[in-house]
Amino acid sequence: MADLTLAALTKVYPGGVRALDSVELTVADGEFFALLGPSGCGKTTLLRTLAGLETATSGAVLLGGRDVTAVPPGRRDVAMVFQDYALFPHMTVTDNIAYPLRIRKVPGRQRRDRAAQTAAELGLGDHLERRPDQLSGGQQQRVALARAMACHPRAFLFDEPLSNLDARMRLEARTFLKRLQRELGVTTVFVTHDQAEALALADRIAVMEHGRIRQLGTPADVFRRPANTFVASFIGSTPMNLLPGTAEGGAVHVAGTALPTPGGLALAEGEELTYGIRPEYLTFHPRPVPGALAGEVRVVENLGSSQLVTLEGPAGEVRVVVDEDTELAPGVAGHALPRADRALVYRNGELLGASGYEGPATGTRTP
Amino acid sequence: MTPPPATPPEATREDRHAAGLDGARRLLATVGFYTFCSLVLAFFTVPLLWLASAPFDDTPSITASLPSFTLANFETLLDNRYAMRSLGNSAVLALGTGALVVVCAALAAYALSRVRLPGRDALLYALLLLSSIVTGTAAMVPLFNLAFELDLIDSQLGVILVLSGGLLPSAVFILKDFMDGTPRSYEESAQVFGASPLQVLRHVVVPLVRPGLATIAVWAVAQVWGNFLIPFLLLRSPEKSPAAVVMYTFYTEGGQPDLALISTFSLLYSVPVVLMFLLVSSRYGFRFHGGIKR
Repeated sequence: MADLTLAALTKVYPGGVRALDSVELTVADGEFFALLGPSGCGKTTLLRTLAGLETATSGAVLLGGRDVTAVPPGRRDVAMVFQDYALFPHMTVTDNIAYPLRIRKVPGRQRRDRAAQTAAELGLGDHLERRPDQLSGGQQQRVALARAMACHPRAFLFDEPLSNLDARMRLEARTFLKRLQRELGVTTVFVTHDQAEALALADRIAVMEHGRIRQLGTPADVFRRPANTFVASFIGSTPMNLLPGTAEGGAVHVAGTALPTPGGLALAEGEELTYGIRPEYLTFHPRPVPGALAGEVRVVENLGSSQLVTLEGPAGEVRVVVDEDTELAPGVAGHALPRADRALVYRNGELLGASGYEGPATGTRTP
Repeated sequence: MTPPPATPPEATREDRHAAGLDGARRLLATVGFYTFCSLVLAFFTVPLLWLASAPFDDTPSITASLPSFTLANFETLLDNRYAMRSLGNSAVLALGTGALVVVCAALAAYALSRVRLPGRDALLYALLLLSSIVTGTAAMVPLFNLAFELDLIDSQLGVILVLSGGLLPSAVFILKDFMDGTPRSYEESAQVFGASPLQVLRHVVVPLVRPGLATIAVWAVAQVWGNFLIPFLLLRSPEKSPAAVVMYTFYTEGGQPDLALISTFSLLYSVPVVLMFLLVSSRYGFRFHGGIKR
C-alpha cells in the first residue's frame, strides 16, 4: 500500500496530441480515487501511465515516495483490471488468479492454494476449474479482481470496472467493489465516464477535460459546488440549468427576474454571469412566486419517484424535478423557484466564491 | 358463349406435351450432370485405386485392377538399401523445416503484429511474392551456387535452411493474421503482472494462436515431404536423399520403371502425411484466420 503522486505529468502522442497536460495529483494511501471525464479527456492515458503501459513525455510518477516514472510495468507493484477483464481464455479460473504468482516463481502448490483462497473470498470457490467463457460477466469481473488481489499490490488500477456489466449487475458490483476496497484498504484509482459511478464509489474525484484536471474534490464537493461550468454540466444525472444573466443590485437577473442569489459575492453592477441551479434544487409552483422563473411546461419525463419537467420561458429551457404526486400536463404554466443556498454563480465559466465552501478535506466516508 | 368448347382440351394437351418435353429435358440434364461428375470423380479416383491395389499385386502394371494378392512387394522394398532410410531422411527434413518455420514465423509474426513499422505490409507482400521464386525452379542455379559457397552441398541442414526460407514468408503472413486477432489487453495484463515479452509470448500468445501454429506446422511438413527439386539439387549422396528423390531411382535393370517398388513405396510415402493431417485436424482443427471467441 502506498500513496501516489503525479508531478507535472505530460503525455504527448507522436501525432502531436497532448493527452495529458502537466497533471498534478496526489492520491492518499488507501484512498478510492476516480478519474472522471468524457471520452478522449485523457483519463485512460493517465491510468495507463500509472501502470507503466505508456511512458510519460515529461513529469514524474511517484509510488509510495519512490520515483517509478521509468520503471517497467511489471516492477511497479501495481495491479490493473482491464475494461474487458483480459482473463486468459485458455486458463482455468485458478490458473488465471495464480498467474501473477507464477510470474513471481511461487511454487505450484502454494500458488494454487493462494488462488483458491482468494477465489473463495470473492465467492468463486465453486468455479475454480472453469474457463472464463463459462462464467457470467459478474463472475468474470470477480476473477479479474481476484487475480489483481492475489499478488498483494501496493495499488489497484481499474479501467472502467463496471462498464461491461448489464445495468442490474452493475449496481450489485458497485456495492461489492466499494466494500472490497474498504476492506482491503489498498490505494485504488479507477477510470470512468459515468458520473454516477464516480460519485457512488470514490472518496475523491478528479474531473478531467482535454488532458487537464478541471476539479478535484470529494463527491459532495464536486456535486454541490462544481468549480466551473464544464464540471457543472458533466456531473449530475440530470444536467444543471446554466442560465445567462446579469448582476443588478447584488442579485443575478435572468430574463428580467431577480433570482435568489447566494450572499457574500462581490458582483460588479451590470456584469455578465451564469446562474447555475440543479433541477433538484428548484421548486415548482403553479402560480407566480417572487424570484421564480416563469415558463410553460413542455415535456414531462417520469423518473419513477419523481418527474423531470422542462419549462420553456423567457429564460430559455429550465428543467425542474417535481415530486411524483403533482399532476402535470404539457401546456400549463409553471414557475420554478431556486433554493438560494444551492444556487451557484459563474463568471467566465468559473465558480464565484469557491473558497467559501468548507467541507471535509479528504472525503465523506459513508459506512 | 362465343369461345368454342374444343379449344380448352386442345390447349391442355399442348400444355401436357410441353410439360412432358420439359420433364424429359430435366431428366436428361440430371443424367448428364451426374455422368459428368462420375467421370471427373473416376479421373481422380483411379490413381488412388491404383495406389491401393498395385502394392499388393504380384505383377503390378500401370492399370488399376483387382490384385492377385501378395506381400512380396513389401519384402522387396525392405531389402532395398535406400528405401526405408529415405523415409527417415524425409522425416528429418520435414520435421526440421517444420520446427524452424513455426518458431521463426511465430516470433516474426508477433513482432510484425505488435510493432509499428513503416512499410510493414509492403514488406510482407514483397516477401510473399519473392518466396515463390526462392524455392522455385527459377532460382535453381543461384541457390546451388549459394549452397556451394556456404559449404552446404550434400548437407541436410542446407536443404532445411533453403526450404525454411521459402516457406517462411507465407507462414509469417498467415500467422500475423492470427496474432492480430489476439487482444492487446491480454498481453498488457500479463505485462503489468511482470511478465517479460518472451513470457507473454509463451504464456498468452502462443496458446491463443495454437490452431494457427498447428496449421503452419502441418502445411510446412507436407510441403517439404512432397518437395523434390531442392533435395535433388543440394544432396549428392543417396544415403541422405529423402523419399521423393529416392523414388525417382526405382528402375529395373532394363531401364523400365520398377512398378512393384514404386507403388509400394508410394503407399508408404503417403501414409504418414495422411495420418498427420487426421491427427492434427482432430486435435486442433484447421483455421486460416485468427480470432478469439468472445
